[in-house]
Amino acid sequence: MLLNIKNLQAKVEDKQILKGVNLQVNAGEVHAIMGPNGSGKSSLASVLAGRENFEVTGGKVLFDDKDLLEFSPEDRAREGLFLAFQYPVEIPGVSNINFLRTALNEIRAYHNQPTLESKEFLRLTRENQKLVEFDAKLTNRSLNEGFSGGEKKRNEIFQLAMLNPKLSILDETDSGLDIDALRIVANGVNKLRSDKNAFIVITHYQRLLDYIVPDFVHVLYDGRIVKSGTRELALELEEKGYDWIKEPVTSASI
Amino acid sequence: MITTTSLYDQLISFYNNNSAGDEQPWLKDLRARAFDAFSTQGFPTTKNEDWRFTNISAYLKENYSLLPGSVSLQNVKSANAIPSFDGYEIVLKNGMLNEDVNIEGVKVTPFRTALQDDHLKLYLSKFIPLQKNPFAALNTALFQNGIVIEAEKNAIVDKPIHLIHVYNAEDPVFIHPRLLVIANRNSKLQVVESVFVTGESPLFLNNVTECYIAENAQVDKYYLQAFSPNIRLVNFTQCVQSSNSLYNNYTYTIPGANLVRNNLHLDLNGTNTESHLYGLYLTGSNQLVDNHTSVHHLFPNCMSNELYKGVLMDSSRAVFNGKIFVHQDAQKTNAFQQNNNMLLSNKAVIDSKPQLEIFADDVKCSHGSTVGSFNNEALFYLKSRGIGEKAARNLLVNAFAFDVTNKIQIPAVRKYIEKLITQKMSEAYD
Repeated sequence: MLLNIKNLQAKVEDKQILKGVNLQVNAGEVHAIMGPNGSGKSSLASVLAGRENFEVTGGKVLFDDKDLLEFSPEDRAREGLFLAFQYPVEIPGVSNINFLRTALNEIRAYHNQPTLESKEFLRLTRENQKLVEFDAKLTNRSLNEGFSGGEKKRNEIFQLAMLNPKLSILDETDSGLDIDALRIVANGVNKLRSDKNAFIVITHYQRLLDYIVPDFVHVLYDGRIVKSGTRELALELEEKGYDWIKEPVTSASI
Repeated sequence: MITTTSLYDQLISFYNNNSAGDEQPWLKDLRARAFDAFSTQGFPTTKNEDWRFTNISAYLKENYSLLPGSVSLQNVKSANAIPSFDGYEIVLKNGMLNEDVNIEGVKVTPFRTALQDDHLKLYLSKFIPLQKNPFAALNTALFQNGIVIEAEKNAIVDKPIHLIHVYNAEDPVFIHPRLLVIANRNSKLQVVESVFVTGESPLFLNNVTECYIAENAQVDKYYLQAFSPNIRLVNFTQCVQSSNSLYNNYTYTIPGANLVRNNLHLDLNGTNTESHLYGLYLTGSNQLVDNHTSVHHLFPNCMSNELYKGVLMDSSRAVFNGKIFVHQDAQKTNAFQQNNNMLLSNKAVIDSKPQLEIFADDVKCSHGSTVGSFNNEALFYLKSRGIGEKAARNLLVNAFAFDVTNKIQIPAVRKYIEKLITQKMSEAYD
């Protein structure tokens, strides 16, 4: 098993956000996590990636049989976890190329691999840009600076392609994308799918799942996964909304 | 009231014993006035508004010799090279020029030679307010060494001049380096200064640079302040611009020297001038780095733009004080000033004071100052891509400094500064 989340609980400041999440992901699978606003979807992504302001208050996460929560954010990435940000950060003054080369080489150093030759790095860059249809000029441009919303998201998928992680979490990658950009992003992900890696796709709408077809769909509500199913569950949610999911939880808690 | 120190007394008697030389009458007169300005003011204390945040008293207490060291300095060129920097190298050993310099369109003359007639009477300390600047006054009274760089009319100097100052500090020394740059009409000149010191005794550099830029001339001046800890630098730069001239000043301070005080004064003495002042101070350990700048807009239609950025580590302190004066006749002035700081330690302190004084009524002026720390969201983004804490911090500091480093017009110098930043950041983090 690639990822095994057991009863994960986390809070921000004094607010309990995750109240016992259980999820298993195997290599080769795509899982979609859906749910209404404020249910904890992005928080789950943040906790897994190691964002500092989240405090884990209980539970366990095994990543490739290692205790993920013991790792620093950079070591999680080096172990093969990738988070595609909902709001990728603009960093003026850090060039896209320098950033990518630093990232790749730090990951390689972690695995005792030698620094990538310039030629090889550029070849890889070209190849992956083509693969994910990301034609933005990267040299002499600062990281995400001046990129449109769509370009930023495509840059996330391009970075994903470059770093070749075992597990990718896409945090509302579809938000703010028009239909063409959505298709390009989805195509990129589909090309990168293999039986060696896995994806967790966090989304509000089922639209993205028309393009990235998941093996499993989970509904996160009030800090727990309240329903799991196959692709049909997403279609049902699209049709009925989230209200019918909320009811049983609320009535059970009364 | 003057606070007397033994150094002050020592300087008084040094001047009295050495002022009887056979110098030109105009020079003797200038030195006498300058010395009088110093002796009535004395060394500045924190009671002086311009020195409020910069207490130098501890740095004056050494048992300084007032004559430069005389140890021969070998092999300094290679030791102080900026990799792949293609410029005209001029090495000054304890302020002395020991070899002939041949640069087309440029005359390089030691002061000892240049002061034998009255050519420099038009320039020397003409614009420096000696009554308010005791260090510059002291330098004017006592300096002996240093050089004059004069670009001829219409001379476009093809490569930058790299001025390497070499000093030896086997014993404590207090000296007065001096540089005069004259860019005649339509000339274009780049000067890069760096300093190399052997020996670990305290070395107090009371430096004065004057820069006269005639009509339609252009000067770029870089001062790379990557010093060793025993250096105390008080640096006074006076720049006078005539109509349609362009001046770019770059000051980059890297961790090292105990004390760095840069005074940069611009007199925009003609219409249609353009001036850019760029500064970067990366400070560490117990360093104190102080930048005081003032820009005087005296004529209409001039543009000045100032950007200083600071990154403070450890228990270091920095001071920024920028003044822009827009005088009554200086209509249509564009004057901008910005100081941004990043504090990377709880013990670091910045005193930042941007000032504008405007006496004209049709101007565009702005000034501002910020103090912050790392952007945590950016730091997390970098880490989430596998970039470790140290490399991530390096990237972000270089990015913060980028606005100032990318203004460097000489690629080799830019690379050198960026490398120094990364190196000093890494050392501090280990």
